[in-house]
Amino acid sequence: MKMSKSFKMLSVLMIAAMLVIAGCGNNNAKNNAGGNDAAAGAATDSEAIAKIKERGKLLVGVKYDTRLFGLKDPASGNVEGFDIDVSKAIAKKILGDENAIELKEVTSKTRIPMLNNGEIDMVVATMTITEERKKEVDFSDVYFQAGQSLLVKKGSPITGLDDVTKDTKILGSKGATSIKNIKEKVPGVTVLEFDNYQDAFSALKAGQGDALTTDDAILYGMASQDPGYEVVGEPFTDEPYGIAVQKGNTDVVKAVNDTLAELKTNGEYDAIYTKWIGKAPAK
Amino acid sequence: MDFIGAYSADNLKFLLDGLYITLIVAFVSIILSFVIGCIIGVIRYSEVPVLSPVMFYLVELIRNLPLLLIIFFIRFALPEVGIKLGLITAAIAALTIFEAAMIAEIVRGGLTSIDKGQIEAARSSGLSNFQTLWHIVLPQGLRRMVPPLVSQFISLLKDTSLAVVISLPELMHNANIVIGHSYGYAIPTLALVALIYFTVNFLLSMLSRRLENKTA
Amino acid sequence: MEFSILTNYFGLYMEGFYGTVLSSVLALIGSFLIGAVIAVFRITTVRALRWFGTAYVEFIRNIPLLLVVYIFYYGPSALGFTLDGFKAGTIGLAVYTSAFIAEAIRAGIMAVPKGQMEASRSSGLSYIQTMLHIILPQAIKLVIPPLGNQFINLIKNSSVLTLVAGLDLMYFADSISTETYRTFDTYIFVALFYLVLTLPLSYGVRVWERRLQRKY
Repeated sequence: MKMSKSFKMLSVLMIAAMLVIAGCGNNNAKNNAGGNDAAAGAATDSEAIAKIKERGKLLVGVKYDTRLFGLKDPASGNVEGFDIDVSKAIAKKILGDENAIELKEVTSKTRIPMLNNGEIDMVVATMTITEERKKEVDFSDVYFQAGQSLLVKKGSPITGLDDVTKDTKILGSKGATSIKNIKEKVPGVTVLEFDNYQDAFSALKAGQGDALTTDDAILYGMASQDPGYEVVGEPFTDEPYGIAVQKGNTDVVKAVNDTLAELKTNGEYDAIYTKWIGKAPAK
Repeated sequence: MDFIGAYSADNLKFLLDGLYITLIVAFVSIILSFVIGCIIGVIRYSEVPVLSPVMFYLVELIRNLPLLLIIFFIRFALPEVGIKLGLITAAIAALTIFEAAMIAEIVRGGLTSIDKGQIEAARSSGLSNFQTLWHIVLPQGLRRMVPPLVSQFISLLKDTSLAVVISLPELMHNANIVIGHSYGYAIPTLALVALIYFTVNFLLSMLSRRLENKTA
Repeated sequence: MEFSILTNYFGLYMEGFYGTVLSSVLALIGSFLIGAVIAVFRITTVRALRWFGTAYVEFIRNIPLLLVVYIFYYGPSALGFTLDGFKAGTIGLAVYTSAFIAEAIRAGIMAVPKGQMEASRSSGLSYIQTMLHIILPQAIKLVIPPLGNQFINLIKNSSVLTLVAGLDLMYFADSISTETYRTFDTYIFVALFYLVLTLPLSYGVRVWERRLQRKY
């Protein structure tokens, strides 16, 4: 009898606790959103940059599992790729030292939360600029032009988007734009989402799906890693990559854009591009 | 399957780096959750007004949620309400909260199992409530708790693998990276990782058996 | 708190809820069947079977669940077939939990006084008859609380399915939170869905335990 009474109590208390938490959540979420905007208005320029300079280190969220863009090499322990080289150039611009940088691992799923939590100053992680994301974060100018494509096992009957039907099993990464795109292009298609691209690629190799979809640049990296796989068909979307910063940090966006412009005029951008992608960028 | 490639010196070193993080996180969480779990367990056993029921509800709530959810929640949801924890801190906090709730139940169970007659005898021979708890109940209770506590610690060590969900670079996370480099490494790597977990946990349980024999 | 998340994405939540319930129930049945067999192995007089039972329990209990699931997820492709995330996850859950259930069943059988076996045998019942009619009915009553606890663990542990795209509650929660950008609110609702399943079970286990305590 005592039990059932305390069980009732428990239910009541839990619901009360939920409501309290809910209330807090609501307030804080609002405060956060409002707070950021207010901070942007009041502090405006150089506040965020000043913080970075004071710390003496630029905190950048990059991928650890994406060949050509950001990949952790077990042998050296280093993270290497196009995104890392761009990040270094930004660190050099802001802090005068390309090694004054700390990389943190993000995935498509975790990059926006980590940025908004203030754990990282910016996300340089194969991130497509979209209208929806612009409501959450601020983007720099486009620093890489990708397009969504398909990766399949060599000899697969899938040779392009046209071969993808409702019965095709597509693999992708949680939180990526490519998931949404493929669902729009092929309504009703089965999409299985993984925590990161590496797990998705492992799943493709394990025969868990027919094709892996994301931006072609990432897929070419995977194909170069395992010659048994190839990118098929023409890219079927435009994926302009941008560098994301917390909403309102206009000074950081400006510093990033200045860096990108500088890299493009002094030829360094072309050098980094060629180094990783294997050809010069299209003009 | 590529055993030779999978067990290259670089890969082995990388897996050991992961094991190091696993052990550190597990060790700190074991200590913290043991201390907190004991305190909550004693509070629940002592039937302190207000505090004990509150602890009961807290423990029930946490014990009935998946650890994976708690880990992810602490790392990525709490910041939305202003509580920001770093990667390793978040992993330790989540494991500690979850396992402390489990340990609190073990401690309470161990204390409750002590014969009521002994407590009455101690009380009537002039010991205070606290003295009875400290000198009579706790020492006997603790001895009975050793086996379930050790299996809880082993659980905790295994549970560190769930921190892959927040990209903690522990053993399982690093194993996934090795598998990602070449699919031929998948089975050899998983086999090796299984062996590593088994060895560490088996040593832990052997240790506890010796401990039990000594205290008994 | 955005209750609109719950209403707007209710379909996805329910799809995940269904996956979690289905996987947990299937894994419970599977783990009970495997666990019962292993428990019998562990108490028989045939040495090889006893050895196998012990090795199975010791090995499985000392490696993480996630690893067991990965083995069923990545392993079959080496043998020329595949298990999808839901199947591999559910089988992994069943195999992992069976080791704990085997131990619970064994403990239940051992708890029935030895004299009863001898008495029944000497009154002319065969070993199998004694087991089925005398020992097991009593053991099952004792085993229900630990089995209930294992079922609660199963429900919580089924959350690892998300790591192999297993279409459970956590998996769809990720889809929801990446669309809403509200991790906190999204996962509070996920927690509620889990509690709807686990809290009544916890309560049931407690009630049954009380009844047992009163009887003995």
